[in-house]
Amino acid sequence: MTLLPELPQGAVRPVLRAPAAGLSGRAREVDPLEPDVLALAADLLATQLGSPGCVGLAATQLGVPWRVFSLDVTGHPRTRTCHGPMVLANPVIESATRWEKGREGCLSVPDLTGDVKRATRVVVRGEVPGTGESVLVETDAFESRAFQHEIDHLDGLLFLDRVAGAHALHARQVYR
Amino acid sequence: MRLVAVTVLGHDRPGIVARTTQLLAATGANLEDSTMTLLRGHFAMVLVAQVPGDANTTAEALRPLTEDGSLVVSVREVPEEPTAGPLGSAYLLAVHGADRPGIVSAVTGVVAAAGGNITDLSTRLRQDLYVLLAEVDLPAGTDVEEVSSALAQAAARLGVDVSLRPVDTDVL
Ligand SMILES: [Zn+2]
Repeated sequence: MTLLPELPQGAVRPVLRAPAAGLSGRAREVDPLEPDVLALAADLLATQLGSPGCVGLAATQLGVPWRVFSLDVTGHPRTRTCHGPMVLANPVIESATRWEKGREGCLSVPDLTGDVKRATRVVVRGEVPGTGESVLVETDAFESRAFQHEIDHLDGLLFLDRVAGAHALHARQVYR
Repeated sequence: MRLVAVTVLGHDRPGIVARTTQLLAATGANLEDSTMTLLRGHFAMVLVAQVPGDANTTAEALRPLTEDGSLVVSVREVPEEPTAGPLGSAYLLAVHGADRPGIVSAVTGVVAAAGGNITDLSTRLRQDLYVLLAEVDLPAGTDVEEVSSALAQAAARLGVDVSLRPVDTDVL
């Protein structure tokens, strides 16, 4: 199973910021063998890698209403299981267990972070762009949180829709 | 002892909470519930305390806070209220979208029309993004689907996103 197909040269593209309309609404399923889907996957990974501190990016954040995202939690202090850089199309959460609250942010909501309850164990089914291979990914901890955050984007949801309480939003720490 | 509500508002700087509570403690006051936050950088605190004197003597004791003119303090006597938990079910209402007038009144109006009570609320404006989070108690027997769809209609008119979810209460 490979989650990182051979990708064409990706371009760094501008990322939508809330309240951009493109972040709302459900994105649609794609054909993972479409060359456009592979090109999008390359752009997602290139844009993600070009954004410091960004561990995942959904197509909707580039204004494309397709069910594709990129993810790479390598080196993050909260990561346990790590599948490295990946791109996935048409992801579906097959199971989600062991819920825990944690703080998360989003490139599309740059000024705020929120406490969000997420499953710390997930099994995600998806298709690899380019190869069309159907994969089943089982993971935990931070990678599990990142999967749920990106899949929420594809359903038009931001972490703002998932925060744990009226006072669960926080100013993003500014490092000087 | 009498129950008073104290509000402190103004320019934020380190030490306001410490100074306020020291001055209150010196009067023999007993703090009950309190909340404090920064609203667009302004210090905002409300607390309820049992005090040996009354609202006037408490205000007098807090006068040093207002001396440099950067804080406004008010004290008023309040009656005891029941503090038992709500009878209905707790939901979290989240609204986000482009800032425009009337978002809070429109969505809280839907909640009020359903007999819901807002028990906690915070809103944030960051650049063009407006976010409202409210904890809402809906009375037993409320048709939650109906409230959700009324909220969705209000949100669509405002061009914002809305969600209403049950609040988890994990007892550990
Ligand atoms: Zn995000």
